[in-house]
Amino acid sequence: MRTQSSVEIGTEWGIVSARQVGRELSKEIGFNNVDQARIATAISELARNIYLYTENGLIGLEVVEQGHSKGIKIVARDEGPGIENLREAMTDGHSSSNGLGAGLPGVKRLMNEFDIESELGKGTVITATKWLR
Amino acid sequence: MRIPILKLGKYLLISVQVELDDQTALQFQEDLLNRIHEEGSEGIVVDLTSVEMIDSYIAKVIGDVVEMSNLMGAKVVLTGIQPSVAITLVEMGITLSEVPTALNLEQGLEKLQQELEG
Repeated sequence: MRTQSSVEIGTEWGIVSARQVGRELSKEIGFNNVDQARIATAISELARNIYLYTENGLIGLEVVEQGHSKGIKIVARDEGPGIENLREAMTDGHSSSNGLGAGLPGVKRLMNEFDIESELGKGTVITATKWLR
Repeated sequence: MRIPILKLGKYLLISVQVELDDQTALQFQEDLLNRIHEEGSEGIVVDLTSVEMIDSYIAKVIGDVVEMSNLMGAKVVLTGIQPSVAITLVEMGITLSEVPTALNLEQGLEKLQQELEG
C-alpha cells in the first residue's frame, strides 16, 4: 500500500485527480463508503481553494497511525497570498469567491482534526485528519 | 466530456455517469438549457445515482441548473442521490432546499407529472 501521495493542483484536473487518489487511499485503509465520500469532498474543497486563489499548490495525502488507530491526513499547501481574516474564512456562509461559502467550515465538519496556518504573502497550510472508527 | 441528454416525449432524461469535474458540469448546464429551448421541454429528470461526490462548487452548479431551467419554464427533479452524498452535503451545510428530489428515476417521472399538473 502506498502510504504517501502528493498531487499538484495547477489546473482544474488536479482537483479531480487529488480526490480520486484520496478516495483510493481511504478505501485501502478501510474507511467505509460514507467516510470515503467525506474525505473525497474535503480534498475537493481544499484543492479547489488552491486552484481558485493561488498559482499552484499541493495536496499531500498520508496514512497516519496513532496507537491502535489509523487515519488519513490531508495537507493542503500553497504559496499564495495567504488568508487575511482566518476567523472570517472559518465562518459559515462567508465566501470570497462565487461559491456557497461552505468550504473551510464544511471541511472542518467532515474531518476529525483541522488546523490552518496562514501568513500574508507567504501562503497557507491546512492540515485535516480523519480517523478510522 | 459531455453528458448525454435523452428525449422522452415532453421530458428530457439525464443520467450522470461520469465524475463531475467543473468543465463537464458547466458544459452540461449549457447543453441542457439549449436542449430545453430547442425541444420546448416541460420537465427534466437528472439522475445522480452514479455520482459519488458533490462538493460545494458542483452543488452550486446543479442548483443553478435547476434555477435556470425554472426561469425557462421547465421543472427539474433530481433523483438517485446516494446516501453518502446526502450525508456529506448536509454536513457541509449545503442545502438544495428549493430543488425537488425523488428516490429513483421512476418516482422522479411521477413527481414531474404531479408538479406539471398541480
